[in-house]
Amino acid sequence: MLKRTPFYNAHLAMGARMVEFGGWEMPVQYRGIIDEHHAVRNRAGLFDISHMGRFMVRGPNAEAFLQSMVTCDVSAIPLGHASYGLLCRPNGGIVDDVFIYHLPDEFLVVVNAANRAKDWDWFQQHTAGFEVELEDRSDRWAMLALQGPHAEHLLATAEDSTTAEIGALPFHGVAMTTIFGQNALIARTGYTGEDGFEIFFEAVHAERFWYGLLALGGNAVQACGLGARDSLRFEACLALYGHEIDETINPYEARLGWVVKLDKGDFIGREALQAIKQAGLTRRLVGFEMVGKGIARGGYPVQRVTGEHVGFVTSGMPSPTLGRPLGMAYVPTDLSSEGSEFDVIIRERPVRARVVKMPFYKPRYKR
Amino acid sequence: MAYNTPSDLRYSKTHEWVRQEGDEVVIGITDYAQHALGDVVYVELPAVGSTITAGESFGVVESVKASSDLYAPVSGEVVAVNTALESDQSPINNDPYGAGWMLRVRPTGESEELLDAEAYAAFVAEIDH
Repeated sequence: MLKRTPFYNAHLAMGARMVEFGGWEMPVQYRGIIDEHHAVRNRAGLFDISHMGRFMVRGPNAEAFLQSMVTCDVSAIPLGHASYGLLCRPNGGIVDDVFIYHLPDEFLVVVNAANRAKDWDWFQQHTAGFEVELEDRSDRWAMLALQGPHAEHLLATAEDSTTAEIGALPFHGVAMTTIFGQNALIARTGYTGEDGFEIFFEAVHAERFWYGLLALGGNAVQACGLGARDSLRFEACLALYGHEIDETINPYEARLGWVVKLDKGDFIGREALQAIKQAGLTRRLVGFEMVGKGIARGGYPVQRVTGEHVGFVTSGMPSPTLGRPLGMAYVPTDLSSEGSEFDVIIRERPVRARVVKMPFYKPRYKR
Repeated sequence: MAYNTPSDLRYSKTHEWVRQEGDEVVIGITDYAQHALGDVVYVELPAVGSTITAGESFGVVESVKASSDLYAPVSGEVVAVNTALESDQSPINNDPYGAGWMLRVRPTGESEELLDAEAYAAFVAEIDH
């Protein structure tokens, strides 16, 4: 039985096409992926992301505990801010990528839907020696993302003027406020390459928030499904677990070395990551465009132009914003510089591809 | 959800339609198929003069989300291809039984199991829960 978010009935009522994702029954599209994609790039779109996990970490050693678990420097996250981080295996493979929000007296950790149970167990297995309390708030709290250049002024109209936080919220800032008369946690975070917000609130208010946010600005907000979420994050080259990152991939080859703070003190995977960094990489994630005709998709093999199999595509699609097929792939480092060429095997035929700069779409965050 | 299934066509279980026109057939994908795919942004079709084999892939349609094989409902020789779809794929979504047609084929006899409109609508209703 697939799991459902508190917005399930609203998705059906709006005619969404539902699909399975990470054990969840989720909307892949409402009007169409391309329309929804452009709505977020040009205006504002609303996503149900309640399938993601929300763990609270508190107690006297909450910071020290998280510091031992993730690659980023938790002590450097100011109160009221959030940071991207990675959970790694002792060998440096990536367990998950997470967002850590520093709230008064506790941390909120948001994890991928497909990894909820795995991450929860991973945290629980490592609490020994720490005075720390973990609480899974995934079911009690719903989570929506309002993303796009119009998100800020639209969301501000729903905010109670006595708690106005939205306009002043910095990039990756997080604050408590009142929206539609209800308490809500808002963060200037997202997964689209646009300015925008992620909003957490009691799940019992799910439909009030969903329909209320869509109605802002005279129905100026487009409901968006996982299809547009994927195409938007893809253009901004934001990693998707199970594609660009997984337990067989280390942060450096995924170009996430900036999330690994080897100097911050010990954490799971640190020793292995130090060694990987010293030894140098054998492969690296690259962005590519198609020279030949065809669309590369995740999982397609990559070979040298001489025919030797050397890698694989992680994600690929026709980019709605750039209007041409693009992809990301793991290739040997000697093929990873801009302009390098290789072949992607598309339906048993090699099709030429060329390495281009990442990200394909330069994020327009408000800093 | 109700999909358009014109009564003068026959349908494969892989969601292609077949229209008999004299001793030739015209082939495309169904309203259900275009809806399930989403906006088609790329299509790859065989050349005039090539042959297609019932049950085997004759081409591919791609949306933002996925690439999907097209399966031949009948065997035969391709006598015409809707080359307009190379530059503009929108008829596949907007007019799948008209301007979105894909191939005109001279059949050689072999065929997949083809359903009439009523049976195909019932088949779709079953899988589109």
